[in-house]
Amino acid sequence: MKKTLAVAALMSVAFAGAAQARDQIRIVGSSTVFPFATAVAEEFGKTTSFKTPVIESTGSGGGLKLFCAGVGEQHPDITNASRRIKKSEVEKCAANGISEITEVKVGYDGIVLSNSNEAPELDLTKEQIFLALAKIVPSKDGKSLVDNFYTTWSEIDPSLPDVKIEVLGPPPTSGTRDAFTELVLEEACDEFPAIAALKESNSDQHKAVCAGVREDGAYVEAGENDNLIVQKLEANKDALGIFGFSFLDQNGDKLQGSMINGVSPTFEAISAGDYPVSRSLYFYVKNAHVGTIPGIEEYLAEFTADKAWGDEGYLADRGLIPMDAKERETVRNAAMNLSPLSM
Amino acid sequence: MTDMASLMEDRAAAKVISDNLHKPVDWDSPKIARNIKKRYAAERRFKMYGLSAIALALLALFVLAGSIGSKGYTAFFQTYVQLEVTFDAAEIDPDGTGDPAVIGKANFDGLIKQALRDRFPDVTSRQAKRDLYAIVSGGASYDLRERVMENPGLIGQTRKVWLISGDDFDMLNKGYISADVDEGSRRLNDEEIAWYDSLKSDGAVEKQFHTRFFTNGDSREPELAGIWGAAVGSLYTLMVTLALSFPIGVFAAVYLEEFAPKNRFTTIVEVNINNLAAVPSIVFGLLGLEVYLNVMHLPRSAPVVGGLTLALMTLPTIIIASRAAIKAVPPSIRQAALGLGASPVQTVTHHVLPLAMPGILTGTIIGMAQALGETAPLLMIGMVAFIVDIPGGALDPATVLPVQIYLWADSPERAFVEKTSAAIMVLLAFLVLMNGFAVYLRKKFERKW
Repeated sequence: MKKTLAVAALMSVAFAGAAQARDQIRIVGSSTVFPFATAVAEEFGKTTSFKTPVIESTGSGGGLKLFCAGVGEQHPDITNASRRIKKSEVEKCAANGISEITEVKVGYDGIVLSNSNEAPELDLTKEQIFLALAKIVPSKDGKSLVDNFYTTWSEIDPSLPDVKIEVLGPPPTSGTRDAFTELVLEEACDEFPAIAALKESNSDQHKAVCAGVREDGAYVEAGENDNLIVQKLEANKDALGIFGFSFLDQNGDKLQGSMINGVSPTFEAISAGDYPVSRSLYFYVKNAHVGTIPGIEEYLAEFTADKAWGDEGYLADRGLIPMDAKERETVRNAAMNLSPLSM
Repeated sequence: MTDMASLMEDRAAAKVISDNLHKPVDWDSPKIARNIKKRYAAERRFKMYGLSAIALALLALFVLAGSIGSKGYTAFFQTYVQLEVTFDAAEIDPDGTGDPAVIGKANFDGLIKQALRDRFPDVTSRQAKRDLYAIVSGGASYDLRERVMENPGLIGQTRKVWLISGDDFDMLNKGYISADVDEGSRRLNDEEIAWYDSLKSDGAVEKQFHTRFFTNGDSREPELAGIWGAAVGSLYTLMVTLALSFPIGVFAAVYLEEFAPKNRFTTIVEVNINNLAAVPSIVFGLLGLEVYLNVMHLPRSAPVVGGLTLALMTLPTIIIASRAAIKAVPPSIRQAALGLGASPVQTVTHHVLPLAMPGILTGTIIGMAQALGETAPLLMIGMVAFIVDIPGGALDPATVLPVQIYLWADSPERAFVEKTSAAIMVLLAFLVLMNGFAVYLRKKFERKW
């Protein structure tokens, strides 16, 4: 009897505060947007009467999958993405009854190639990075395609230091890796005639060559944790690391960003669009949930306020590269009117 | 052929032995002495291997604990800055109503900013002011409000107040940011470091014990982030896990051990339980996602779902440990009970279970400790999330300690590095406590026969 009572008491404590209709915004999606979205959510929770939204870091693809699963309070209201939503995803959403989605572009994120500041600063071109990291590269005479044979940077270009190629970067599941592949490797690969020629003859192979990263140990998959890469770069002066700009921003006393095509990854260069490896960040709102789940419009207002995403807003302090004032104005208006996305 | 040969060899060996048996052993012969020396050496070597294994394990433990401890202990202290704050009546409560609702809405952030401007009057540019305000954490205004709400007599006075500092300033005070490197490559510029030096020389910078770390939920501001939210989430999750897996596990073990007939069906069940204990935990997460979220429509990120999922994971551990404990109860106890007229159920509940309880509890607590450290299955059911509010029940969104560690380890802000190590220390403390409790229970209820 006593035991039954104890168990009953335990259960009633555990289930106290039972579920009513959801009164809290739920957000899923990209781990790159996560630090910015959480900052906005916390500020939103503190300055309004609404509860602080719950934000899950599921990755862009995972987030959109959850987002598009349906309408209703068991499905998330907003998903963050470090890339634009794909047409196939919009169609999947529509098939599940989500016809109206509002797209909000948040700003930019630079992807940096960085090393310890005790080593010389590198000035690389995208083609050099391709030769260092691709799985298959043009042979010395440029006529055929062979497995990557470069072992030191100076073999690629005599002006580069004579150190072993060792690059620590994210695994294929990461959005940062997707963006890096797309913005650097896939852009550089067509500069080589031998690879460009493949485009017509064998487009599948062309794609594989352009996106393939070498697996012989020169590129080390260091996991999704960018802090870990930072620590490894400190210990290993010859290694380079690939990660988001905000980590370079926080560790400027230990690391330096390599120039790419002659431009250093600085806040100014990325926001002006001069730095070549930057991508746009987004979040998507399910319009059907606005009005049902309290606070979504106010969250949008908080995120798109200049004190958050402006040039001197708190998101810029965390490493987000803001859009220019005019673009912010356009996106803000579209967001506040919940203008649905059309593709 | 070989049989023949080996037989011959055996015979030859037997002959040597029998010949030797007839000879008296010369214990002082050099051969025997060598042999004895060799055996002693072998024994010493064996002990050495054992000792060095222990030494290696201890070394690994010390390195781990040392690296976590040396990085993390600073997180238990937080830098505070002393400022002279004027509790301006015109700002806080212009009409002198004394109404808490009016006081609560006052702009305390403005008071702090005013205090900072008063302390450093020559700061004028917009950017420099922004930098100046970053000395004090955004959370300090809430402290100040609480202070005034508790003691409305402060209004109209000027007091020296210790305010919690921002994370960069805290890192500077703890020596993680060096003033020696080039200005462009550190988080704080020369002006900010000059302010720090000025405050420091006034004795207005101090490290205090960081109670917030133990009372707050998560935050994006490292100085405001705490582990209490995650600890409560872990507690609810483990409560659900325990409430479910302990009774089911014990009943399953008792039935299999005491009542089940030995047939093919029970053999299959046994093999499956042993296999389940070795299944990677992420698989249970996928199962939880499918069953609890998609079919039963339980809320995402809730400890109740986490608890149910982890219960599935710990069940095999508990069943296996309980069966071993029940098996270790001597059969004579059962026979005596049955012989004196107890029914099989009475035999189990009055004699076998109480005697097996220490072993069952130890197994359960080890299973719980495993569940406490698990993140992979929780990823699937949405518990890897940023949650500020401290959960009020098992249906509120929550996260757990290991997830909190993972999230902080992944945050760019420098100050989260020490928070990560500190959170690991808290998790380890929990584990040590749970294992200590298991040892205590075993010692207390252990019966020798």
